[in-house]
Formats: sequence, C-alpha cells, structure tokens
Amino acid sequence: MDFLLKNFWELTVTGLTQGSIYALVALGYTLVYGVLRLINFAHSEVFMVGTFGALFALEGMGLNANSDVTSASAAIGYLIVAALAAAAASGVTAVIVERVAYRPLRRRNAPTLVFLITAIGASLAMSEGFAIWRGRDNEAFPTVIDPKTQFKFFDASVSNLDILIFLTAIVMMFSLDTFMRRTRLGRGVRAVAQDPDSAALMGVNKNRVISLTFLLGGIMAGGAAILYGLRFGVTKYDVGFLLGVKAFTAAVLGGIGNLRGALIGGLALGLVENYGSAIVGSQWRDVVAYVTLVVVLMFRPTGILGESLGKARA
Amino acid sequence: MLLEISDLDVYYGRIQALRGVSLSVDDGEIVTLIGANGAGKTTLLRALSGLRAVSRGTVTFEGKDITHERADLRVVHGISQAPEGRGIFPGMNVQENLEMGAYSRKDRKSKAYREDFDRVLGLFPRLAERRRQFGGTLSGGEQQMLTIGRALMSRPKVLLLDEPSMGLAPKLIQQIFTIVEEINQQGTTVLLVEQNAQQALSRAHRAYVMETGSIVKEGTGKALLADPAVKEAYLGVA
Ligand SMILES: Nc1ncnc2c1ncn2[C@@H]1O[C@H](COP(=O)(O)OP(=O)(O)O)[C@@H](O)[C@H]1O
Ligand SMILES: [Mg+2]
Repeated sequence: MDFLLKNFWELTVTGLTQGSIYALVALGYTLVYGVLRLINFAHSEVFMVGTFGALFALEGMGLNANSDVTSASAAIGYLIVAALAAAAASGVTAVIVERVAYRPLRRRNAPTLVFLITAIGASLAMSEGFAIWRGRDNEAFPTVIDPKTQFKFFDASVSNLDILIFLTAIVMMFSLDTFMRRTRLGRGVRAVAQDPDSAALMGVNKNRVISLTFLLGGIMAGGAAILYGLRFGVTKYDVGFLLGVKAFTAAVLGGIGNLRGALIGGLALGLVENYGSAIVGSQWRDVVAYVTLVVVLMFRPTGILGESLGKARA
Repeated sequence: MLLEISDLDVYYGRIQALRGVSLSVDDGEIVTLIGANGAGKTTLLRALSGLRAVSRGTVTFEGKDITHERADLRVVHGISQAPEGRGIFPGMNVQENLEMGAYSRKDRKSKAYREDFDRVLGLFPRLAERRRQFGGTLSGGEQQMLTIGRALMSRPKVLLLDEPSMGLAPKLIQQIFTIVEEINQQGTTVLLVEQNAQQALSRAHRAYVMETGSIVKEGTGKALLADPAVKEAYLGVA
C-alpha cells in the first residue's frame, strides 16, 4: 500500500501508456464483434504482424538494433514510415483473414462454434507460421526514440515516448469515432451493427462493410504495434498472445461492441494492473486484471459503458 | 409490368414457405396482398428485397431478371421496403435514420435530395418535430412513420410495405393508410401486405389472397371486398 502511495503518479503514467496500447487493440475486437457478433481471436496475430511490419520498415531504412537516431526530424520520418508500414501490414492481414477464414463460413451460414474454432485456428496458424519463418526468439527494435523526461507530472517523470503513445492512441481513436459518426461508410458500419437486414434494405453492401470493419480494426492494431515496438523494444511470433487477451479483456470491461468502451476499458485495465501489482506484487499483475474483469461483470454484465455498438449512439 | 413474380418457391431449411407464387405489380398501382399470420407474406417481401434466397421461379423488375440480385443493388434499381417490425436503427436519431434511407443515392448534396427530405417531413410532420430523437425511443406509430419515410428516401419506383398497421391505434391506422394513398398519388407504386383486409382492400387497385404459401385468389380490391369467402375469412363477416 505504501508503495502504491509513494509511486502513485509514476504508476498512473505507466498505466495510461500501457492502457493506450490495450485500447487500440481492443477496438479491433469491438468493431468485429459489433458487426458480426464474433470474437476474432486472430486479431492478436493481426497485431503481431503489425509489429513485424514496423520492424521490417525500420530495418529497410537501414536501422538495426544498435543504431541510435539522434536528430528529431529523422526520428519523426522513421516513425511515420514505420507506422504506415505497421498499419498497412495489420490492415491487410485483417482483411485477408476475413476473406479466407470467415467469409466462406458466412456464405454457408456456419454455426457460431465453427467461427470460433476457425478463429482460433487462424490465430495459431499465423503465430506458428511466423515462428517457423522468424524463429522463436525476440527480435530487437532499433531505438528510434530515446525516452527522455520531458516534464514532471506531480512527482512522476513523463517521457517524450509516454506522450507520443498516449497522444497517438487518443488521436487514432478520435479519428475512428468521427469516421463512424460523420461519414457515409461509417454510418453503413453502424447500420449493419444495429440491424443487418435493415442495413441491406437501405442499400448497404454488407460484405463491403465487413471488410471495412476488419481493415479499420487492423489499422488500429497497426498503430498499437508500432507504439508497442517503441515502448518494449522487442517482438516475436507470440507477442500478440498476452496482449490480445488483455485487449479483449479491456474490450469486455468497457462494453464489447462499444468504441468508447474500448478506450475506457483499455485505460482502466492499464491503471488497475499497475496499481494492483504495486499493492500485491507484480507477479500478480495478470490476476489483478482478471479479478477486476470478473468483479465489474458481476455488477455490470455488459461492461462499464454497457451499450453495444448496435445501440451505441456513437 | 413493373414487377413480375412468377412461380416462386422459397424454403426455410426443409420447410417450404412459398409454393409457386405468381404475382404482378403494374406501374402506378397499389397492389394489396392479404393473408393470415404465417401465410408467407413477409417471406415474399424478403425474397423481393433479396434478404431471402429463392429456390425456383423468377423475379423480373422493369423487364430485368433480378431473381438472384444482391439486396443492396435492388435498392439502387428502385425497390425499397418498410419491413415488418419496422427495423429502425435504434442508435441513430430520426434525421440519421432518414439519411440512411438515402444511402444508395449518389445525389445526396443535390436540390432533389433536399426536396425529397422535405417531402417526407411534409408527409410525416411528427418526424419533423422529433428529428434529434433516437429511433429506439419513438412510439410505435412514430416508428412506422419513420420506416415508411426512410424507405421513400431512396426514391423508389416500388415501395414494399409489410403490415404498416400492425400494433397501431385505429385512428393512426386510418392516417397511415391515407398517407400510403398519398404516396401512391405522388407517383410511387405500392405493394402493400396487410392483415387489416378491410382498409387495405378498399384502397387497392388490385389484390391477392395468400394461404399457406400459395396465391389462392386475385382480383380488383372491390371484387375481393365483395367476395363471400374473403368476407368470411378476412373481414370477420359471417
Ligand atoms: N426464419 C424462419 N425460419 C423458419 N421458418 C420461418 C422463418 N420465418 C418464417 N418462417 C415460416 O414461414 C412461414 C411464412 O412465414 P411469414 O412469411 O412470416 O408469414 P406472414 O408474414 O404471412 O405472417 C410460416 O410458416 C413461418 O413459420
Ligand atoms: Mg409477416
């Protein structure tokens, strides 16, 4: 308890940056659940592919694990290219997964259980595929941003990297939210989530909306992937596993199917994990996360924000 | 003929819901289809909108075979439906629901589009008062107005209405049927599915009676209103 109080602001900063990454990945689960009522277990590998997309882009620009980027403008250039590569890799992967794994099942009206098994199969196939290709060891990211303390938040030091992670996540989520509310295609997605038959009667092409949903979820996961690479500095074939489970937890915590719920759930999970492990020890971090989930669901079975994307007004 | 349905079979798994249904709708008509609960009326409308696959038979619209056309493209061709149960988007407000009706239109910034919007609000002044209210919070009558108004926003050539009077108070029913006639007079062809046979037949140019998946009778609205068998089965007159 003492440790928690002494390090409260430090833990808060860490919790928010980790929570931002959870939230970005959680969006993918929530979007797909919203339109298909399907838990896309392969989403964790969509994220994993994004981390490699970012890594290969950085390596392609001549960086390696030992290089140090000193000029700020060079760092920004590298980051933009790597972020685009990660978003493209994750986005395209998500769309391909939908086409190859799920669409044939939808065409045959397969039962839900078959979708779930297929999702798990696709997830395993991708992570094992990368294990065979890349090996099972960590691959290090180049240090593009050297974390330097920018200012003090109460007694916690906030680094340039913390700020970048938090702001990137917020901006990406805000853009997605605006897209869903304001654009014609975004409204098409909401229409399919709220009432698929009515959406078809309005002239919404359901397959196109589903592809778009996977693409958007993938792009968000790609954003998370580059931020993860910067924050933790390594990736490997199973990097998506624990993060995927956490992000899914965040999605359920916030209210699955609800975009703003993913943000709230992600940040809440990040904070709770860090406060909790300060109290009971960091080896209990994951236990704290799931106990929180269970307790919240006991009192609010539909998560913190509750409403599904179907009913959600955003 | 604007819409020609010939010899249609539709199944739910192994259960046959439509058996050799043939029906036609001419440009400018109000055609009514009556039938008891479970007769297959909704199934027919769903098949016409492409929500239900057809096993046998054809659907022709403006001379083009659309039997296996995708649902979203049928809206572009000019077939629009206000479905049974209304299918309002609960998390969108009245304005957004109406805008969804125009989803397939390319001219959403045009004068014609704004005129259509005003026309719908003119037909349903109640919707104009509730533009910012969410679909899920509207009364049954308001939802019915919204589903019809929304279906009109695509500028359909034919409007399919599935039991618009269901669950409404008698005064509202009267009002809805009057508006359906008005829509027809403004130039939209209507295929009206109803259990409220008296009202629906009296406003129809032609009508069909469906029983357990088959058309068993057809004629002008007047002729069916006067038909003793129809009177007994659907008008509650012995
Ligand atoms: N989703 C469905 N699955 C199985 N059977 C259905 C389904 N929908 C309708 N049916 C059956 O098809 C028949 C016609 O139903 P429907 O078209 O809804 O009739 P109506 O609209 O005239 O009341 C009924 O026997 C009904 O039980
Ligand atoms: Mg019906």
